[in-house]
Amino acid sequence: MLSLSIRQNPEDKTATPVPDFRSVGTLARIVIAVNALALIVAAARASEWSRLAIEFIDLAAVVEPPLVFVMLLLFSLQPWLRLLSWPALAAAAFVLSTTGAGALALLLEARQREILLPGGVSRAMAWSVLAAALVLYYLYLRGKAFSPALSQARLMALTARIRPHFLFNSLNAVLGIMRSEPRRAESALEELAELFRALMRENRQLTALADEIALCRQYLDLEQLRLGERLRVAWRLDGCPDDALVPPLMLQPLLENAVYHGIEPASTPDPIAIHITRQGDTVFMELTNPYHESESHHAGNRMALDNIRERLALFFDMEAQLNTVLLDGRFRVTIRLPYRRASS
Amino acid sequence: MSEQPARIFIVDDEPPARLRLKALLADIADAYPNIVAGEAENGKEALEKLRDAPADVVLIDIRMPEMDGIDLAIHLRRFDPPPAIVFVTAYDQYAVKAFDLNAADYLLKPARAPRLLAALRKASHSRPLAEALLKSLAPEGRKHLASIERGRVLLVPLPDILYLKAELKYVTARTREREFLLEESLTHLEHEFALRFVRIHRNCLVAREAIAGFERAAENETEAHWLILLRGVSDKLAVSRRQWPLVKAAVAEAGRHKDRDNP
Repeated sequence: MLSLSIRQNPEDKTATPVPDFRSVGTLARIVIAVNALALIVAAARASEWSRLAIEFIDLAAVVEPPLVFVMLLLFSLQPWLRLLSWPALAAAAFVLSTTGAGALALLLEARQREILLPGGVSRAMAWSVLAAALVLYYLYLRGKAFSPALSQARLMALTARIRPHFLFNSLNAVLGIMRSEPRRAESALEELAELFRALMRENRQLTALADEIALCRQYLDLEQLRLGERLRVAWRLDGCPDDALVPPLMLQPLLENAVYHGIEPASTPDPIAIHITRQGDTVFMELTNPYHESESHHAGNRMALDNIRERLALFFDMEAQLNTVLLDGRFRVTIRLPYRRASS
Repeated sequence: MSEQPARIFIVDDEPPARLRLKALLADIADAYPNIVAGEAENGKEALEKLRDAPADVVLIDIRMPEMDGIDLAIHLRRFDPPPAIVFVTAYDQYAVKAFDLNAADYLLKPARAPRLLAALRKASHSRPLAEALLKSLAPEGRKHLASIERGRVLLVPLPDILYLKAELKYVTARTREREFLLEESLTHLEHEFALRFVRIHRNCLVAREAIAGFERAAENETEAHWLILLRGVSDKLAVSRRQWPLVKAAVAEAGRHKDRDNP
């Protein structure tokens, strides 16, 4: 259940979650923060700019080994650390940083110790504690800013969008075939209802990729009604992990953009291409569509892309990525996200 | 007029949307006698068909491939007599805003019979669309000019046109590849695309962006004048002495804009 939801602490929704020391984002932030501190110290020590690099390298020799050591500890202790409250975590950080620095210092030979740690072991421990305290405080503030309550609110705001262009055009198309093809109109209305049920859900939980693809096919069925032969979609789903968890409504808005910007302005069919596959622990998706330069309304496109990018960040932090590129008259969106499996 | 059913022409790229309008037109036939004179999938096809079979009212979707509804409306204004125009559009906040400002007639999809009836009654009495409305919908004018060749409409995208030249009855538009005959007046084109073209001679407008440089033509000392060199083609165009100061100023102005944009 934990991986299903962005809630890390299901018992208390208002508490600030403790950091996940196995996520790339957290580990990267620790590395960057500690090195930034080292850089500041190096800058303070350097008498002139040209000395900065030398000072930093000297310092790195002292800083990096314990940093790597502590991160390995954090990574392996994560299942236990994640159960702690913030004060307990602070205490644990204190113990880890002092013993870590102390143990490493003791591993050095006396001569090396004199060169590398001129201030002695106690000074090394003090630096280590200070660094740990600052990094932990930064992670606390960050955790607070992205607390579940706030994230939930962001997600709600990001998903509650109904696209008027699509709704009114679809209704108009259904009305158009109502008299000549009543059965087709009937099933189109049913599809429209289901699609809107999905659009209006609270969409705060990750969903299985297979469900998202089914939703997309339903959406495309409806668009086919108005666009006919002009709308062609080439799916390439070999190696597509059906059970991968993705943010709900991640693909559908991308398809809607592709239809609006790539299909509607063209009179000859030029297909939208979708390719989804998995490589190891990563899911890759690629969607390309023809692009027409004369079209305006780029703002709407940007908004949908920013929306998906933001939701990917809320669900997967730095482990997911969305990129876009305009190449040879085609617009391409690529998404990379970690492969997490649905529980069922 | 009241005895004759109104000839209605429908332009929409979506077949079901055209079906819908035809069904509604049939429903209101008692209150407003009408026949569907034809239908088209885009502005270009509509232009071709309407030249052969004129209509009284044209129902136009705004967002269409090839040539959109606004472009088509501007082209139709030049028909004699111009047909009445009713826009039928799905939700499009920009267009709707422009219509509201100008209080012209438009229908929102899905349109309903009473609303369609009211719009058609109003349209058959009203004058052609106000220029101000079209100006606000398409501030830079049309995106294409239409050239008729053997009964077919060829669309010439505005950015491709290097210069426009009046010759006898026709105006020709020159692109990198070839020339197109237009049935438009140079004065009208100058007025509509004042931002894009500059008049260099009584019979010639040149795209500001196409000007590569000037060359002094000195066949004799007294009659010296300037020629314009163009990007992409070897044609040289004479600048009349009357227009020379204006052309020079316009090009200098464009140069300043460019410098400011990319220093």
